[in-house]
Amino acid sequence: MALNHEPNIPDQDLFYEELIKAQRELSDDQADLMLAKLVLILSNHVGDRTVLSEAITLARDNSLATPASVA
Amino acid sequence: MLQTYTYPEYAYAQSEEQRTGTPKRHPAVIIGAGPIGLTQALDFASRGIPAVVLDDNNTVSIGSRAVCYAKRPLEIWDRLGVGEYFVERGVQWRVGKVFFHNDLTYSFDLLPEAHHKMPAMINLQQYYLEERLVTACEDSPLVDLRWKHKLLSIDQKDEFATLTVETPDGIFKMQAAWVVAADGANSDTRRMVGADFTGQFFQDRFLIADVVMKADFPTERWFWFDPPFHRGQSVLLHKEVDNVWRIDFQLGWNSDPAEEKKPEKVIPRIQAMLGPDVEFELEWVSVYQFACRRIDQFRHGRVLFSGDAAHQVSPFGARGANTGVQDCDNLGWKLKAVLDGDAPVSLLDTYHEERAYAADDNIGHSTRATDFITPKSRSSLRLRNAVLELARTEPFARPLVNSGRLSTPTPYVQSSLNTPDTEPFGGRMLPGTNCADAPIECNGRDAWLLNQLGQGFVLLTFGPAAPVTVGSITAPVLQVGKDIIDTQGVLTERYDGKPGTVYLIRPDQHVAARWRQFDRTKVLAALRRALALQ
Repeated sequence: MALNHEPNIPDQDLFYEELIKAQRELSDDQADLMLAKLVLILSNHVGDRTVLSEAITLARDNSLATPASVA
Repeated sequence: MLQTYTYPEYAYAQSEEQRTGTPKRHPAVIIGAGPIGLTQALDFASRGIPAVVLDDNNTVSIGSRAVCYAKRPLEIWDRLGVGEYFVERGVQWRVGKVFFHNDLTYSFDLLPEAHHKMPAMINLQQYYLEERLVTACEDSPLVDLRWKHKLLSIDQKDEFATLTVETPDGIFKMQAAWVVAADGANSDTRRMVGADFTGQFFQDRFLIADVVMKADFPTERWFWFDPPFHRGQSVLLHKEVDNVWRIDFQLGWNSDPAEEKKPEKVIPRIQAMLGPDVEFELEWVSVYQFACRRIDQFRHGRVLFSGDAAHQVSPFGARGANTGVQDCDNLGWKLKAVLDGDAPVSLLDTYHEERAYAADDNIGHSTRATDFITPKSRSSLRLRNAVLELARTEPFARPLVNSGRLSTPTPYVQSSLNTPDTEPFGGRMLPGTNCADAPIECNGRDAWLLNQLGQGFVLLTFGPAAPVTVGSITAPVLQVGKDIIDTQGVLTERYDGKPGTVYLIRPDQHVAARWRQFDRTKVLAALRRALALQ
């Protein structure tokens, strides 16, 4: 299996809203940790090492290709 | 003052009832001659309801304000005879570009679905729209437009409401069986009836400017997240008619609106955005703050609320006027049925049921766009920026970029007026959904389906059927293959029109019920249900 680069989330706006809402009333540190945990939870769910490696590479390369963003 | 537009001034005239001091009982009085009040008046007239429109001013919208009109309101205006003019007068864009920081993240083509009479949307300054609506109202024998008439108070009785109105000739009283409050987000009428209007205020301000470009500039929609010329904020650019361009600058909460509006502040900002070589002139500028909120009940006794008086949304996605026009579409036929005694007053409560549902859906869309454009926490800002950075190369991230979703109608899928399906159907025409258009042939000429619907209830059939009648309401038969010809097969496909299929279509071009074969008893029951008779 290869990493899916195409849209795959139904009702994507509602998904995004849920993701943002899940961070309400968390401190910045807690929100960071929450996102890190989400990465690990979803990685475990995916399980496929090839896909995970591809995703890790994509995330890293995309971040390196972008001048330091203000965040 | 605008360079591309001169405001008309409409003449005040004293009404006979004020002159003689004899209050008249009107079936419907509309408060506010903005896009919604005027549209409601035309819709009432199309249904045969005489309408008096009161407006405390005597001209059209100051400034361009609402600029984007989507397919469904255009279809409604087409039913009212002005849609084709708006499409011809307006501009259409298809290419959108999203920028993040210094760079183009991606561009897209809207590729609207083929086989609809009306386009996915047009851009047109609000004053042009209102001016055409005023002319149409003036041309209608059933619309009585009264400028410089200010509503002072409403006194509701069982049978009617008494309105106290002030004009340049003093104060007088009118009576109305029904009142439509279309007097905008700061509705005085809403305060008069003591309605609750609550929701979320966004702690942010926006500056909108209209500029006239002196040279060609592409007809595209450009949206910037955090651009170098306006750090930490967002900017939207899109085209209106007459070489006018609308620019929206997010200002942030701590900005000073009076300061930001000054030309010496606005012009350098726009120049930085367009580049040093682009020549333009500033036409109009305004600063606003917005909220997402709605009225507790769309119906307060004999007063029915519509448009911004009933619901307010953020401007992202152009949902204000677009949803207000659909309020008008929903209300007109219901009020007609109630006035004629064909339906109980409770039919008007389904105006609240259906349109509050749509308002909540709209508020959800516009709140989500606002939250994406102006993230409220550090981590939501990070997620937003991650989406934008990924969107440069990753198709999956692009649907997550939310700079405002195009306004589309909210199907009334849970409405009490629907008769649920009992047989399987393909396609999207579920009960409660607005009818999709389709190219057809009628009397040997090319025509459109929606132009054949909307005069009243109708049975759209793919086989033989007979008209049904409830009270003074008759739903005639429009048979595909006989009355209209589906030359391209689009109609049959969109309605899953297997032979024998029957749709009961409401006067506002929404599906009330459908069956695989004509059954008079079932059709009658569905028509009664659509009139809140059972």
